[in-house]
Amino acid sequence: MPHDALAGTGVTIRTADPSDAVAGVQPKWVALPESTEEVAALLRAAAEHDLAVTPVGGGTKLDWGPPPERCDLLIDLCCMNEILEHAAGDLVVRVQAGTTFESLNQQLSTENQELALDIPVPGTTVGGLLATALSGPRRFRYGTPRDLVIGITVVLADGTTAHSGGKVVKNVAGYDLGKLFTGSYGTLGIITEAAFRLHPLPPTRKWVTATYPTPEQNDSPADYATLIGALVTQLAASQAEPSAIELNWSAVSPGYTMSVLLEGTAAPSRAAAIQHAMTNLEISGIEASSGNNPALGLLSRPEITDNPPEWWGDLPDGGILMEIRVPPGSIGPVLRDVASASMSGHVLRGSAASGVLHLAVPDETHLTAIARLRDQVEGIGGRLVVVSGAGNGVDRWGTIGALDLMKRVKARFDPDRRLSPGRFVGGI
Amino acid sequence: MTDLLAGRLREVLPDEAVITDPVRLRTYECDGLTYHRATPGVVVLPETAEQIAAVVRLCQEFRVPFVARGSGTGLSGGALPRSDGVLIVTSRMRRVLSIDLANRRAVVEPGVTNLAITEAVREAGYYYAPDPSSQQICSIGGNVAENSGGAHCLKYGFTVNHVLGLELVTPDGDIVELSEMDAGYDLLGAFIGSEGTLGIATKITVRLSRAPAAVTTMLAAFTTIEGGGRAVSAIIGAGIVPAAIEMMDALAIEAAEAAVRCEYPAGAGAVLVVELDGPEAEVDLQFAEVDRICREAGAFEIRVAASAEERAAIWKGRKSAFAAVGRISPAYIVQDGVVPRTALPEVLAGIDRLQEEFGIRVANVFHAGDGNLHPLVLFDDAVAGEGERAELVSGRILDLCIEYGGSITGEHGVGVDKSRYMPRMFTDEDLDTMQLVRCAFDVGNLSNPGKVFPTPRLCGEIPRVRKEPHPYEAELF
Ligand SMILES: Cc1cc2nc3c(=O)[nH]c(=O)nc-3n(C[C@H](O)[C@H](O)[C@H](O)COP(=O)(O)OP(=O)(O)OC[C@H]3O[C@@H](n4cnc5c(N)ncnc54)[C@H](O)[C@@H]3O)c2cc1C
Repeated sequence: MPHDALAGTGVTIRTADPSDAVAGVQPKWVALPESTEEVAALLRAAAEHDLAVTPVGGGTKLDWGPPPERCDLLIDLCCMNEILEHAAGDLVVRVQAGTTFESLNQQLSTENQELALDIPVPGTTVGGLLATALSGPRRFRYGTPRDLVIGITVVLADGTTAHSGGKVVKNVAGYDLGKLFTGSYGTLGIITEAAFRLHPLPPTRKWVTATYPTPEQNDSPADYATLIGALVTQLAASQAEPSAIELNWSAVSPGYTMSVLLEGTAAPSRAAAIQHAMTNLEISGIEASSGNNPALGLLSRPEITDNPPEWWGDLPDGGILMEIRVPPGSIGPVLRDVASASMSGHVLRGSAASGVLHLAVPDETHLTAIARLRDQVEGIGGRLVVVSGAGNGVDRWGTIGALDLMKRVKARFDPDRRLSPGRFVGGI
Repeated sequence: MTDLLAGRLREVLPDEAVITDPVRLRTYECDGLTYHRATPGVVVLPETAEQIAAVVRLCQEFRVPFVARGSGTGLSGGALPRSDGVLIVTSRMRRVLSIDLANRRAVVEPGVTNLAITEAVREAGYYYAPDPSSQQICSIGGNVAENSGGAHCLKYGFTVNHVLGLELVTPDGDIVELSEMDAGYDLLGAFIGSEGTLGIATKITVRLSRAPAAVTTMLAAFTTIEGGGRAVSAIIGAGIVPAAIEMMDALAIEAAEAAVRCEYPAGAGAVLVVELDGPEAEVDLQFAEVDRICREAGAFEIRVAASAEERAAIWKGRKSAFAAVGRISPAYIVQDGVVPRTALPEVLAGIDRLQEEFGIRVANVFHAGDGNLHPLVLFDDAVAGEGERAELVSGRILDLCIEYGGSITGEHGVGVDKSRYMPRMFTDEDLDTMQLVRCAFDVGNLSNPGKVFPTPRLCGEIPRVRKEPHPYEAELF
């Protein structure tokens, strides 16, 4: 009996209830392992009895991605929440995958260090942030989880435990499985431990925030989005070195709000330089005047604060959540396309300088507009992915490059398709 | 050579792009790791991805291995050719295809040198961040294969953090694009650093970084290596991430002095090169602190570069260090290992003990900020047994790195040189799992086989398994 085999591992097993459903699919059992060895034992038992498995961390993003084709066993990593080693002098930490990002950074801050990611969903675990490759505003400066993970321990579908990387920042021995597993949505194996490169906590942070009118509020709507795009490009190239450049625009907000983060001992003087640039847009061919830019216009002048605007780093709320990625200099066209799609109730927010934005719309009445927007975004070399909130008929991923290679990787790691089957691109 | 394969290669490539002349083949017999040599079966000099794809498909048809080669500066034998295979050299693929400053990226062919990218955008105030010391010669394709770093990767990261997309020819001969933009597995991240075993990069999209407003380069001289080590720990402990912190010991300084007259302070037991960059105000504040830390740690002289020339002078000794030891020793091994930075003192003491035990001198040059050591193990190949002893010391240094939780290579790669050390760092299960990736890309094991992994492992379910001897086998080479 599968249940006996699972119980035989010695791991706590309980019967699942509707609250354990993964995107609507209720598993039969939930297991609560406390170590990599226990995860391996569970997966061996699951392999023997052909059980389909989905790993879960904080359970905050189980509704992301399509439902699994089948799911017998949910492996909940919440009990694996130990910080195994914080080598402060080496700026490295090793943690179990069930540790929440908040508790990790709380511990690190005692040594004035941090894992320099901004995770938009509270309660996210380290395993969850790796599996979904989440990042936030400061991706502009520090990159995304794949740039900061330096070592990983995973358990494969057949119970094999494998490590790659290590606990040193610089390391090119062997293939980098940490990168491969980051963003794999639990379809290649279960991440049980990870090591990260850390950064010192910056002594000072300053935000510079201004609001610019949207095309409808401006006299020259034609090239307005282009102007905002140019401003983003100019700020991104600023030698004041911002850590993040974020944009927020909702259908009901007064305009485009742009907020720029500066980190470091000299953040105040650098913030002043950014404030100047946000007031006086100087692009060749476009005249600027001191104090206010007639072409761009300002609804509220750039203000320097010690705290971020309240929307900073949050995913927009709404029925359907999408992620739009474009080359970083192509924000202007995205703004124009979203504006012309006139999706009532939309919120567009994200890392303008990195070309990563999230768009939320209330419901599926906008599906046609979304499809058109996807075409436009792909036309400028970008991608639009539906993250959550859409029904099963909706194409979540759009065009996917190298799908054949991805399927071959999946076939090698999980030949029987038992790990989160159907949850990933191209039906992987 | 009158073989079938060369004839078929000439059908898909211009005549002069297929080299079979034994004398010319010898030019390619090794990379920067000169004590591993093999004459390639045939060398091709393609100019397009389509040509590379055609070559790879022929290799599949004939079931012969192929090895990519960029500039041949690799230090782990990654580009060591196969006498029974084809060496695919990218030296005719040197075009910068596009520069797009608004999107901060450039698209280049694989044979473009690392430095050529920076040179193409320097005037506009941009640069390509990863800067291996070999940057004037090494190719970006080689950088991708090795995930190369450089002195400045402490702050800015490695090749993998600066490559946004690739076009590659898969080991099946298909042309595929990988992009950071794509949903799905991070195959881009998996490919970078795979040392030519997952296919050949034919087009590379790199991120261009904005040049910092200010750069301050300083040289601090210490009487002992411990003093330098203390300074490094204190700088990191103060929450400063310099662009680079490099250290050289007395023997490395002596060599650099003999080779390039770098005129580092006399009597230094160690020198530290620290470079700070960023917004002017930030750099000024950090410089004051680093200066204070170095003096407290016992620096007896600190020089600060006041001009680009002075900066180059400070870097000159460090950048020439590998070649410079040739002036003080007839032969040497360049080692590349990593330890957690805090273990540097113990590991350096361990290297001292090895020097005494084996009577072999070791000059130490290292990227101190990230614990990446480049011990240069000196020997005289005319003295019987010394080469073997040097080889032993070199291996023992890697054991030390592993013992302290580090790695057998920080940037030079595994290649042929270190594949035998892989089992000391990884379990069989780890290596088998990495093989799953290789098998997904290269089921027939023809793409740079024999590199990285200690023993060839079969992938299972190899298509078109042959029972009969291959029809071409007899006449192939
Ligand atoms: C003096 C000196 C200093 C050095 N300093 C540094 C340093 O500071 N940091 C550092 O990281 N390295 C350093 N190196 C090592 C070396 O320069 C790098 O590994 C470099 O990336 C190799 O580039 P290459 O073009 O010479 O590659 P090659 O030596 O020709 O090849 C290296 C590997 O890449 C593969 N390869 C080449 N082109 C491709 C392609 N297009 N697609 C797929 N695979 C390919 C080859 O098969 C081989 O496995 C140094 C070397 C020397 C000689």
